[in-house]
Amino acid sequence: MTDVWNQIDLFWTWLTASSQWHGADGIPHRLLQHLYYSGVSLAAAAVIGLALGLLIGHTGRGGFLAITLANFARAIPTFGLILFIVVIEYSITPVLVALVALAVPPILVNTFEGIRGVDADAKDAARGMGMTGWGVLWHAELPMALPLILLGLRTSAIQVVATATIAAYPGFGGLGRYIIDGLARNDYQLVIGGTVLVVLLALIVQLVFAALRRVVISPGLLGSARSS
Amino acid sequence: MDIDWGWIGEHTDSLGEHAVLHLRLALLPVLFGLLISLPVGVLCRRWGWLYLPALTLSNVLYAIPSLALFMLFIDYTGLNPATVMIPLTLYSLSVLVPNVVDGLASVSEPVRQAATAMGFGPLRRLLQVELPIAVPIVIAGTRVAAVSSISLVAVGQLIGQGGLGEDIIRGYQLQFQTQIVAATVLIILLALVTDAILVTVQRLLTPWARARGAS
Repeated sequence: MTDVWNQIDLFWTWLTASSQWHGADGIPHRLLQHLYYSGVSLAAAAVIGLALGLLIGHTGRGGFLAITLANFARAIPTFGLILFIVVIEYSITPVLVALVALAVPPILVNTFEGIRGVDADAKDAARGMGMTGWGVLWHAELPMALPLILLGLRTSAIQVVATATIAAYPGFGGLGRYIIDGLARNDYQLVIGGTVLVVLLALIVQLVFAALRRVVISPGLLGSARSS
Repeated sequence: MDIDWGWIGEHTDSLGEHAVLHLRLALLPVLFGLLISLPVGVLCRRWGWLYLPALTLSNVLYAIPSLALFMLFIDYTGLNPATVMIPLTLYSLSVLVPNVVDGLASVSEPVRQAATAMGFGPLRRLLQVELPIAVPIVIAGTRVAAVSSISLVAVGQLIGQGGLGEDIIRGYQLQFQTQIVAATVLIILLALVTDAILVTVQRLLTPWARARGAS
């Protein structure tokens, strides 16, 4: 346990040093970079994953192909993909592409499963009330699939925040920079500092999704939906 | 993109060795994870209050980047394979424990009652009725854990644990595309083959599920 307290102490000393709080190496700058990479990739992945998942779930066609592709995307090592494209073209784009590839599968699969799992009676009722295809999708299927969709978005968001640390390896900064630098200089305090910041960020993301869950999901569904 | 096929031809031996080491580093943790999560899942089913803490713990673990988790373990385990394998085991738990619990929960009450009525004790019911029914969901989790573990091991090379990550980083340092591509493609193949094997195992273990079209 003394080791753990030692680590906490190291982190606190590091975090509260005033030099950490300004300049290109400062925590605010690194945090913004990290948030920017994670935010852009997650937004792109959400657009792709939601659009495909809603389409496939609603029409009921192409489900097998989508799940297979999603499994395939999961098998791509993000690390290799990033470094490979960076060698061809040194820019942040490859990092974002790799993060999107990482984030799409959970969103796509959960959206698809969520829409497919909507009770057929509920859809019939919506149609019976005179809704068209869009109406059914928007007013019946989407709200009922939201718990699963949010779960997928949350999984992706956490993976993206955690994996964006790798962006630091080819030199694009973010919070992972502390970990990579700390490793290179054998500076354990730096490694701990970066690690704890990333973990805190991921926990905040979890809290945001927990709050979203309370706000956007119909109260009628919360009772029956799996609470995780 | 220029692929230097000659280099690949000359290095099939070392690539093969790295692939074998890679698989061992990735899959042993999933195996340990399975051995741990089965009893944990059973305990969580038995005492429901255990589930929330277990789930929260695994969610938190999942939020720690692999790179960082490897680093944190250096202090305790030194630079050796355990430094990579323990974090990967923890990651696999975060997928496997919920799946084991869901799998056991998917056993319907009438089936449970029928087993009890046939005179099965709790242990026999667990081994012969509940676990077999849970197999598809448990293996679905194992597939996710195995595939992500295989692609995460590459990061372990940053603390020098070898495997195909070695080729990715060497290729990057030398700006040699072929080596990165070869290693990345091999990792994808390893993951896909492992996934296919797990699907086959699941089909063999649950012949009754095929009729319903559940894969």
